Amino acid sequence: MATVELNNVKKRFGLVEVIHGVSTKIVDGEFIVIVGPSGCGKSTLLRMVAGLESVSEGEIGIGGKTVNDLEPMDRDIAMVFQNYALYPHMSVRENMGYGLKIAKTPKDEIVQKVDAAARLLQLEDYLERRPRDLSGGQRQRVAMGRAIVREPSVFLFDEPLSNLDAKLRVQMRLEIRDLQARLGITTLYVTHDQVEAMTMADRMIVMNAGRAEQIGTPLEVYETPQTLFAAQFIGSPSMNVFETTVVDKTLSVGAAIIPANTKAQGPVTAGVRPEHIIADENGPLSITVQMGEPLGANTLLHGRLGGTSDAFTISLPGVHHAVAGEVIRFSINSKHLHFFDIKTGRRI
Amino acid sequence: MTHSVAKRRKEPAPGMVEKRGLGLWFTHAIMIFGVLIVFFPIWLAFVASTITQPEIVSPPMPLWPGDQFFTNYKKALFSGVNVPVATMLFNSLVMAIGIAFGKIVISLLSAFAIVYFKFPGKMIFFWLIFLTLMLPVEVRIVPTYQVVAGFGMLNSYGGLILPLIASATATFLFRQFFMTVPDELAEAARVDGARPMRFFWDILFPMSRTNIAALFVILFIYGWNQYLWPLLITTDPEMNTIVMGIKQMFPSGDDVADWPVIMATSILAMIPPVIVVVSMQKLFIRGLVDSEK
Repeated sequence: MATVELNNVKKRFGLVEVIHGVSTKIVDGEFIVIVGPSGCGKSTLLRMVAGLESVSEGEIGIGGKTVNDLEPMDRDIAMVFQNYALYPHMSVRENMGYGLKIAKTPKDEIVQKVDAAARLLQLEDYLERRPRDLSGGQRQRVAMGRAIVREPSVFLFDEPLSNLDAKLRVQMRLEIRDLQARLGITTLYVTHDQVEAMTMADRMIVMNAGRAEQIGTPLEVYETPQTLFAAQFIGSPSMNVFETTVVDKTLSVGAAIIPANTKAQGPVTAGVRPEHIIADENGPLSITVQMGEPLGANTLLHGRLGGTSDAFTISLPGVHHAVAGEVIRFSINSKHLHFFDIKTGRRI
Repeated sequence: MTHSVAKRRKEPAPGMVEKRGLGLWFTHAIMIFGVLIVFFPIWLAFVASTITQPEIVSPPMPLWPGDQFFTNYKKALFSGVNVPVATMLFNSLVMAIGIAFGKIVISLLSAFAIVYFKFPGKMIFFWLIFLTLMLPVEVRIVPTYQVVAGFGMLNSYGGLILPLIASATATFLFRQFFMTVPDELAEAARVDGARPMRFFWDILFPMSRTNIAALFVILFIYGWNQYLWPLLITTDPEMNTIVMGIKQMFPSGDDVADWPVIMATSILAMIPPVIVVVSMQKLFIRGLVDSEK
């Protein structure tokens, strides 16, 4: 159990800088999700914490000790890989005990620890099997077991669920969260799936193009996204944005003028989440529907924002049979409007 | 996975015609005929090794084994022509096993270095190794002889084995295999605390087992069948290997060839490679077909 500190961490491959300085402090026992699109540097950041990539600049500390130059094994971490990386020729028991065996742990202690971890992960019946005889979910559990038996102070997960089917993913998501809560081990978890980030994280780091766009709790990021990218990446379906002009706390959308409770002035990028619009026959705004997606609990309608050519999506509760070309009027509560600087994308 | 494979085996792929009735008999007849053609000379050699010298030289040669089996083989094994065949068999065995083991160890380690370590000139070294693939032994045999003679290794096991011990082919094969091993496996081992050689022994080596077995079979036969090199560097009959030894048994000038003994030697020379192939067949095929990953 330990804190993890990133202090202006940068990574360069040759001359190309891929991580431009990430700083954060992770407290003991916290579950941190690093989320971002492919190629944003989130895995690289995790691998730097693991010691699998060198740190070009800045400092990484685990448990108050700078670990920049330590080998992975000396950092007191355990890692779960996307493709599990189980040793194919070893049984589940040998896989889980391999780290301990290298650390020259007495044999009976290894047996004891592996058995305990297997019980925790419901793998007792599979201990003598080879990884290839296991299902995806079981392999995932073995990979976690291998991490647990070493009793590390930090867990690192690199997109551990992306090879599983949707149903299993939901189940394993809960299991990982539950396990982490029980063991209380500081965890860094990398994913590209914003749902995983929302549901699992104590705090999340939203990354884009090698920068941490926002670091905060899932609801903080959802409710007050600090950048346009964070606003659109977190939340599903993603936030509607359109360029507009604010004049004296009013906002023009096509011909309509709606109140805007903001200190912004002049041209801005405005955003509103699809689930925050209110269907209202007399509403000032409208959408021309192009396509509907009934999800059962709610219905997504995609179309164009009235008076503009901006793509717009709204989410209506229940089932709604919309036809292409239909115009639906709605209003927005001004507290649900977000404003971003048109150039920098920063929240205003 | 296994399910679909089993299914595929039962049903022939579309387009493949299943042979029935006459067709089945016909293909078998051709196959048996082919086997007979290949097998006949070996049979003749065997027959010749069980009869007496006069019976061989007076035509027609018999087609069924005679009663001299034990006499001839005993003579071959324990006295031979120049040197007992048992000695030559032993020499061949040392050479074949030495070459096979040496090649495997060296190429495993060099492939390991090339794939898993970053060092300056890595690609140059790899291409240098690869280039030697293109040079047949015969091209470099004179300089190699010079070197071996200079080291005083003529008529020694070292001289027989060392010049043939490095293998670009095997290095290349292991390199290809190592590159298919996911990087995460090496990383997981690093996180688990395995130093590079530990990773090599505990993970890479066991994973290469089937490849090693397949290669061992090929290299053993390669070593066993060496002819030109032993012929050049062994002048002492005590160091002869069996494949070249057979040739040495042929009479020069007016001597009479002891054909039954020569034929018995030929048959004896065939046995060890056959044993190696048959006993390692399963591993061999698995090594060529699939790899555990």
